[in-house]
Amino acid sequence: MSTASAHTVTLTGVQGHVVRVEVDAAAGIPGMTVVGLPDTAVREARDRVRSAISNSGATWKSCKVTVSLSPASVRKRGSGFDLALACACLAAFDAVPHDALGKWVLIGELGLDGSVRPVRGVLPMVLAAVRAGRSQLLVAEASGGEAALVPGAEVAVVDSLDEAVDVLRGEVAARWADAVTPHSQVDEELDLRDVNGQQTPRFAVEVAAAGGHHLLMHGAPGAGKSLLAERLPSLLPALSEDEILEVTAIHSVYGALRPERPMVVRPPFQAPHHTATAVALVGGGTGIARPGAVSLAHHGVLFLDEAPEFDRHVLDTLRQPMERGSVTLARGDATVTYPARFQLVLAANPCPCGKANSRALACSCTPDQKRRYGARLSGPLLDRVDLHVPVMPITRAELVDGRGGEPSAAVRQRVLAARARAHARFADVPWTCNAQIPGPELRRSHRVSADALAIVLDEVGRGRLSGRGVDRVLRVAWTIADLKGIDQPGLGEVSSAVSLRGGGLPWAA
Amino acid sequence: MRAKDACGRFGEELATSHLISQGLIVLDRNWRCDVGEVDIVAREGDVLVICEVKTRSSRRFGSPLEAITAAKAARLRRLAARWVSEHDVRPSQIRIDVVGIVVGNGVAHDVEHVRGAIG
Repeated sequence: MSTASAHTVTLTGVQGHVVRVEVDAAAGIPGMTVVGLPDTAVREARDRVRSAISNSGATWKSCKVTVSLSPASVRKRGSGFDLALACACLAAFDAVPHDALGKWVLIGELGLDGSVRPVRGVLPMVLAAVRAGRSQLLVAEASGGEAALVPGAEVAVVDSLDEAVDVLRGEVAARWADAVTPHSQVDEELDLRDVNGQQTPRFAVEVAAAGGHHLLMHGAPGAGKSLLAERLPSLLPALSEDEILEVTAIHSVYGALRPERPMVVRPPFQAPHHTATAVALVGGGTGIARPGAVSLAHHGVLFLDEAPEFDRHVLDTLRQPMERGSVTLARGDATVTYPARFQLVLAANPCPCGKANSRALACSCTPDQKRRYGARLSGPLLDRVDLHVPVMPITRAELVDGRGGEPSAAVRQRVLAARARAHARFADVPWTCNAQIPGPELRRSHRVSADALAIVLDEVGRGRLSGRGVDRVLRVAWTIADLKGIDQPGLGEVSSAVSLRGGGLPWAA
Repeated sequence: MRAKDACGRFGEELATSHLISQGLIVLDRNWRCDVGEVDIVAREGDVLVICEVKTRSSRRFGSPLEAITAAKAARLRRLAARWVSEHDVRPSQIRIDVVGIVVGNGVAHDVEHVRGAIG
C-alpha cells in the first residue's frame, strides 16, 4: 500500500500533453476516486481497470484508491488512460516495482478480460511524448506500427495487462515494434490511363496538379468529371516525411487508420456527399471538435461532386480553411486548430437536369431554375478557384479508341519537373506552389512579356476579367510555363491560361 | 431470528470485543432514533467514536467495507450529531469508524477496523 505514478498522453485536437497518473492506495472505504479534470471515458476507467486487474491474474486490493491526473488544468479525455492507470495501481499495490514505470509512457484501453486495445490518435500522442523527452512507449499491439512511425520513439507492444506487467517486471523481453518504412505500402491508385479523350480537362487536371490550383469542372452527367477528379491525387508528388506525420496524425485522431495501413503516404482524397453538413466538412462535434473532411484532405484533394447541390452555408464554411490553410473550431471544452491545406476540386452539372449544352438531349430547366442553380456557387468561393473548365461528353471516336489515355506516371513526371522549377523560384518565400503566390508579389516579381499582358488587358477591357481574375490567369500562366519548361510565360501560355478560366457556365464569369 | 440478522449480531459482538481489545471504551450499543441505528458508540481518549459494523459471511460480493455507500456515510454523520446532542456530551473530536468483518467457518474471522473511515 503506497503511492505510485505512471505517464500517458491526452489529446486536445492533434495536440498531445503528457499526463502523470498518480495513484495512492490507502486504508479506508474501498473505492476509487479520480481527480484532475477527467472526462466521462477517463472516469469510467476505474471500473474497467478494476475488472481488468482482477481478471488478469493480479489481485485488486480492497483499499481506498485515489487517482490524480496532472497537470490538473488540462482536460483529460479518452480511454487511452486505462493501461497507465492499471499499471500505476499495480505499482501502488506493490505488484510491480515502482521504479519500473519511470521511463515508460503507456497508452491503451483495457478490456474487462485484461486485454490491451488500441485507441484513436496514437501517432500525435507519441509525437507529444517524444517531444516531451519520453521516448519509450508501451502500446497495444494494433497501435505498434503507427506509434513506431515517430522518429526517435522506442515502441514496445503488448496484447494483455499480464504481458505489460511481465515486461515492466523485466520477466519477459519487450516486443519492440518496427517502424513501417513510409513508401513500402502504397495503395493502388486510380490511373489517368482509364480516361479516354478529354484533352482539355486532362490538361486542366495536369495544370492543377503542377500549380496547386483549385479546379472547377462543369459539364453533362457522365462526361467524366468524377473520373478525372479521382485521378488528380495520382499526379501529385508523394508526401514528404513531415507531411506524412501531419496527415497521419489527423487521420489517426479521426480514427481512419487501419492497423495494416498505419500511415498516409500519398495525398489523401476526400469526396463528401453533397448532403454533408458543415460539421462533416470542416469538423466539429460536442466536447472537443473532431476533424472534418477539409482536414482529412490536408495535403491532398477535397472533391465536391454536384457542388451546387451542397447547402450554401456549408460551402461558405470552406472559405476560412481555404484562406488560412487551417480550421479553428471552438467548442465547450477547448478550442482546437486542425491543419486544412487542401486542393479543392468542384464538379457541377450545367443545370439542374444536367442536359444543357448537350448535343442531343433537350434541357428541361427554366431559365430561372438555371439562374438559381448557378447562383449557389457564385461569389467568394469561385473567386478562389483558378481553373474553370467545361467537360464535354465523350465523342464516338474517343469511345471506340481503345488505346486509353496517357498514364498517370508519365503525367506525374511533367508535374514533378514543373514543381521543381517553381520551387527554385520560391527559395526564400513561404509559399510552395504557383497557386499560393500573393497578388502584389505576383505583379512585382512574376512579370510576363508585353504581348502576353496585352491579351489579358484586352479581356479586362471587354469586361470578361476582373482585377482578381487577372491574378488568377497569371498564376495559371506561370504553371503552364513551368510545365513547358520555359522561364517566362509568353503569348501562348497566357492564352491557354485565359481559356482555362473560360465560360460555358452562366456563373463562371 | 433470521440467519442474516444472526450474522450481523455475531459480527457486532466480535467488533465490540475487538474495539475493547484496542483500548476503546464502549459507551453505547445499538442506539436507535428516528434517523436510524448506531451499532457501537465508544471513546478513544478524547475522541468520540461512532462505529458502524458490517458483517459478511464471504467475500463473494466484495469486501464488507464496500457496502458503505455515500448515503450510508451521510446517515452516519447525522446519527453522530444526534447522539451527541441527546447525550449532552462535549467531545473534542468526533470520528466515524467502520469495522468490516468476514465470518470464517472456523475460529479465524477477518476483522478490519478503519479509523476515521468517513470524513
